[in-house]
Amino acid sequence: MNQNALHHDKDIRDDLAWAQINKDILKSLENPRRGYWYSIIVCLILLAIGFTAEVIQYQQGMGMSKNHPHMWNLYIATFIFWIGMSHSGTLLSAILHIVHADWRKPIYRFAEAMTTFSLMTALLFPVIHLGRLWNFYWVIPYIPSRGTWPNFRSPLSWDGFAIMTYLTSSALFLYVGMLPDLAIARDNTTGWRKRLYSTLSLGWRGDDRQWRVFRKAYMLMAIFLIPLAVSVHSIVSSDFAMSIMPGWHVTTFPPYFVAGALYSGCAAIITLFILLRYYFRWEEYMTLAILEKICKLTFAIAMMWTYLNLVEFASVWYGHDVYAKEVLWGKMTGAYAPAFWSMMFFGSVLPFTLAFQKLRRHIPAMMAVSILLNVGMWLERWMIVSPTLSESFYPWAWGVMWPTITSWAIVLGSFGWFGLLFLVFVKIFPSVSMYEVKEMVYHRKLAREKGVAHGAVHGHAGGAQPAHSPSMKKEGNP
Amino acid sequence: MKKTHRILGLFSNFDEATNAIYDIRADKVRGVSVDDVTLISPIEHPEVEEALGDRPVYVQFFTMFGGLFGLIGSWLWISSAQATFLVQPQGGKAVVTLVSNFVLNYEMMILGSVLFTLLGFLAGSRLPSKPGSLYSEKVSLDQIGIILELEQNQVEPAKSLFRAHKALEIREEANK
Repeated sequence: MNQNALHHDKDIRDDLAWAQINKDILKSLENPRRGYWYSIIVCLILLAIGFTAEVIQYQQGMGMSKNHPHMWNLYIATFIFWIGMSHSGTLLSAILHIVHADWRKPIYRFAEAMTTFSLMTALLFPVIHLGRLWNFYWVIPYIPSRGTWPNFRSPLSWDGFAIMTYLTSSALFLYVGMLPDLAIARDNTTGWRKRLYSTLSLGWRGDDRQWRVFRKAYMLMAIFLIPLAVSVHSIVSSDFAMSIMPGWHVTTFPPYFVAGALYSGCAAIITLFILLRYYFRWEEYMTLAILEKICKLTFAIAMMWTYLNLVEFASVWYGHDVYAKEVLWGKMTGAYAPAFWSMMFFGSVLPFTLAFQKLRRHIPAMMAVSILLNVGMWLERWMIVSPTLSESFYPWAWGVMWPTITSWAIVLGSFGWFGLLFLVFVKIFPSVSMYEVKEMVYHRKLAREKGVAHGAVHGHAGGAQPAHSPSMKKEGNP
Repeated sequence: MKKTHRILGLFSNFDEATNAIYDIRADKVRGVSVDDVTLISPIEHPEVEEALGDRPVYVQFFTMFGGLFGLIGSWLWISSAQATFLVQPQGGKAVVTLVSNFVLNYEMMILGSVLFTLLGFLAGSRLPSKPGSLYSEKVSLDQIGIILELEQNQVEPAKSLFRAHKALEIREEANK
């Protein structure tokens, strides 16, 4: 293999100087490409559209989303979509941290931020779909003056607990993991930024006591986040599976929801990876080798999701429940068939593009594929919610319900809200973990040099150096 | 005698810093032990920390307490509130529903564990605090620092040790 090919396959260059890493990442706080500002404008426009639509709906009533028993289907489908989107960030970060997969280091920070902001976006929809926003506090368990208490038998209550736990834990996991970088930012900035980072870094100085406690605490948090993430989407699936509605009362719903969530989250990571790489000129950190790894992971999850779909279809088909069969058949051939087949195409066929190395390394192609995968995942949520409602046990509620422009505008607004939160975050906080990229570079260099030394002992490649060689110092690393 | 002085040595090489710590362990500076050493580093570095010996961390006890507190506390809170405040008709079903409550208790166990882990992290790492006057911003860049707590007569031998290990900079501070 020639030298170029070797460099091509590295997750990161191991000769990056630490000072350079600090400089490159901190530059993102000051100097993005113009595309960043265009994206901010697009998000602001989307948010303005969504906010206006919500104000209209608030003033005119839920009739703006159609006077129909299923007027909430779009909102709840989008709620599940955003909850799903939140999954890969923290969950994958935690899993990869536990198994010491160090290629996560340049990408986990923004993925965790994605989790937090997706959850914050998802939380809007249960409130919006109520219509009477001002009564939302009724779901909070507190000693009531109105003589009611939330019914904890309802999975909707479980949702509240699970999502708030996930949001709190994910945000803390993100924050704790960012502390050493906040200290770096504190030491390298001035003015309001220095004040902000000084406060947020809590006086971190990186002494051995702090690192020891940090290591253990971060690992423990990662361990708890894995079952938590799985439980959250299982509980969201219980909103449907605990009912007896045809098409919803499905045993495989929890794993199906978790797989779908991981899938859409991974696809979103690819999209945001490409955007951040472009905005901040991070070709050295968000490398094609890492993109390839995420793509392979996404492909594997896509196949898992496809399998769970087939299991669901087969269970219904052989289950002899005529109502469930009717709904399944309706999905495939009825009014929702175009959405169903698009979902199957985007979710199960399109991912095969990820099997080709040339495509995995082709940035525009991966951008398009990742967005289309998420279109497929949004359609999946739509197909979970809507067909069952249109063929439920209530004859008075039969019928296909297409959302109104107001509803679509609110959904579009949610993308603006998420995008804006995310873009502001990456401009204020280092979205690549500097200290962990340094660790990655350091340990990879040591491993390479040990490998070379080992090779020399065994009569292979020459140029052996001791593990802690002076060459590391020359390149600016301790 | 009271340790009235502190010195910081900055190194650009982990090996040299590690060797300096091993020399302190070998009693090269009379009366200074490894317990007087604080290492400050730009990255998490278990290999160098090994030189400092076993320094126990207790954060897992916070985690365990948080988990149990979340589990038991939420069960008591939710079931007692259900028994006291739930006035909706139950249709013959149990007022305190163990199976449903288990889902909530599980979530609260995780929340308790995470929150108390954070608390344990803050307590164990003594945060929030100020980085201190001996902190050097170069540590957040690419250097490693060793802080020693010393008696006055140990300052010069310690500085010599640092110089022998190619310390780039040495700073001294006397406690007021």
